[in-house]
Amino acid sequence: MSRALRAEWTKLRTLRGTGWLLLLAVVLTVAVGAVLAATLTCPWGRCTRDSVRLAFGGLQVSQACVALLAVLAVGGEYGSGMIATTLTAIPRRGRMLAAKAAVVAGLSAVAAVVGVLGSALAARLILPGTGYPVPSPVDGPTVRAAAGSVLYLVLVALLAVGIAMAVRDSGVSIAVVLGLLYLFPLLASLVTDPGWHRFLWSLAPMNAGLAVQTTVNVASLPIGPWAGLGVLAAWAAAALLGGWLLLRARD
Amino acid sequence: MSAGFARALRAEWTKFRTVRGWVLGTLAAALLVPLLGVIGASASSASCDKAGVEVACPEPPLGPDGRAVRDEFFFVHRTLDGDGSITVRLASMSGIITYPPPDHDRIVPGLVPWAKAGVIVKDGTEPGSSYAAVMVTGEHGVRMQHDYTGDVAGRPGGAPRWLRLVRAGPLLTGYESADGQEWAEVGTARLPGLPERVEIGLFAASPGDLTVKQSDLGGIIEQARFTETTARFEQVEVEGAASGEWRHTDVGATPGIAPGEIHHPGHAEKSGDGFTVTGSGDIAPAGTDSGMPVELTLTGVLFALVAVVVVAVLYVTAEYRRGLVRTTLAATPRRGRVLAAKAVVIGAVVFAAGLAACAVTVPVGKRLLRGDGNYVLPVPALTELRVIAGVAALLALAAVLALALGVLFRRSAAAVVTALALILLPHVLAVVSVLPVGLSLWLLRVTPAAGFAVQQSIPEYPQVLDLYVPQAGYYPLPPWAGLAVLGGYAALALGLAAVRLNRGDV
Repeated sequence: MSRALRAEWTKLRTLRGTGWLLLLAVVLTVAVGAVLAATLTCPWGRCTRDSVRLAFGGLQVSQACVALLAVLAVGGEYGSGMIATTLTAIPRRGRMLAAKAAVVAGLSAVAAVVGVLGSALAARLILPGTGYPVPSPVDGPTVRAAAGSVLYLVLVALLAVGIAMAVRDSGVSIAVVLGLLYLFPLLASLVTDPGWHRFLWSLAPMNAGLAVQTTVNVASLPIGPWAGLGVLAAWAAAALLGGWLLLRARD
Repeated sequence: MSAGFARALRAEWTKFRTVRGWVLGTLAAALLVPLLGVIGASASSASCDKAGVEVACPEPPLGPDGRAVRDEFFFVHRTLDGDGSITVRLASMSGIITYPPPDHDRIVPGLVPWAKAGVIVKDGTEPGSSYAAVMVTGEHGVRMQHDYTGDVAGRPGGAPRWLRLVRAGPLLTGYESADGQEWAEVGTARLPGLPERVEIGLFAASPGDLTVKQSDLGGIIEQARFTETTARFEQVEVEGAASGEWRHTDVGATPGIAPGEIHHPGHAEKSGDGFTVTGSGDIAPAGTDSGMPVELTLTGVLFALVAVVVVAVLYVTAEYRRGLVRTTLAATPRRGRVLAAKAVVIGAVVFAAGLAACAVTVPVGKRLLRGDGNYVLPVPALTELRVIAGVAALLALAAVLALALGVLFRRSAAAVVTALALILLPHVLAVVSVLPVGLSLWLLRVTPAAGFAVQQSIPEYPQVLDLYVPQAGYYPLPPWAGLAVLGGYAALALGLAAVRLNRGDV
């Protein structure tokens, strides 16, 4: 397994664009979060917005970079025919998939930690003076939001690995991943029935997963913070399982 | 068209139609629009509660141009035959606002910015009929308005003010004066449908005030609060063939719960040579809070957009991957011509597919929504046509932009991500997520997502207090201007792609 891991790491490390994508993910996380934090206002003297959630809101954009990285790590091999070599070297498909997923998850986690810490730092610089409290490392919900954000990004990367394994073509798989992330929430808004609306809302991987960032009015969410992250984890697990089954069945 | 270009076009079209995945992808895009439109329409139903019984919701009246309007005000009037005029001194205007922010717990005296009182000539007292009026507003000075959408500003300032409205055939002219001696014209209005016999008189109205809160789940929560205005009119003079006594009508009043009762009734009292009139409501075009705009049936377009982007990107990157591009460029050495042919083919195919999909979805979705008790805001046929053709053009331009990105990146995943991040992401973040409204509006001005403005069927009016935000279906740019922004991006990307194609080796 360690050999498989090392092989995947070398491949991804030498892939053109890996470093750029990770850097872009970090920059987008921090920059978008900083812009969102800077737009916070207290209308009529009421500071009701969730400042922590907005400060970590850059993830809504940077997750696309991480998803792309994951898709390229898998789909790139199919595109170039390299996959045949890889599978000859590591005939155990499950092991190959696990190694790929582990390397991609690890890299995403690094980008996520840097990005989230950067966002928290930016918020500490921007929020004073707006009326909102600065995020504090000893506040329970804030720590949950930060740790949850890192896990969120890792799970999105795993989801993308699974989908790319199943779909194989990188262009189509990134479209499926982004559609799942960004368009699924729209399905919820199509439905006016409140019960169905809340159900679809909490089924959407992005909505549910980002529930972990909520620090204000947690009780009003259709799904709890950790349960929401669990929904995303279930999506990622299903995608990886599907990818593995298809990988075993084909070529 | 040169023979060479025609040949390139034919070659590219043959390539497109013989690759099964591309044709299926385009078909899937075209089918997603009606499919999601039908699902969305069937999943939405509306009913209203009256004394515990479910009834059909009341529908807003229609104005002279067939659009839905709000027409609620208190009217003190006489009947006028033929030409004539009314002159009054509006001595004072006051009002109440219920439960204003920040505490939402008191009724306070005050006028909302678009509270209005003045003189009006109207085709009867039915809501939605043609009218012209000169008025003093809460904060926007003297205005002359007609037929719900017409609005001309006079001088700033409030009461006391003299107002005069003169009717000559279909022509209405409004005047104002500070002292009753020196008169200034505010504006004129032509009401082609105005009959000989009209109602002429005094009115007072005050639109509900809005409290807006951003929801933590994304979207916005909007609360309308009751407001009321009271205007004291003096020295009321009607010239011309006016007949009958002064009568009082609560135009467009909402029925209350008990039979015969009226919700928040207005009233008027005679005082000396004038009247004190109290009214609530608004005389204005109806916005998206009064019903569903037709473009709501086209939500599936966002999903179709993803499929279209993938097909357009693969249409070019597949050639790079298989090395076919060398053959293509050997056959047509003028590389710009190949790119142009590809852009024309993908643009035309997607436009045709999108046009067919939208042309089916809008009428069917409308019918389904109405069948479920929803009120779909009526729009002129030309506007509906613009929405359908505009959305098809939006898909086609998105495809051309994606194609150009495919040439620039040569890799499908990077091109797909960039295309979706440019076109789809700003729109989705603006409409369903928790972005602040100011940022959303900015995104929908400068990114290719500005193109979505082409689907807005209900216009925004500066003289109406409404929630003009993307979440409510309003875009910051006019429809064609928004589409032009997307077109600009597509042209820019195509230009860059041509440069890259001519410079680079393949």
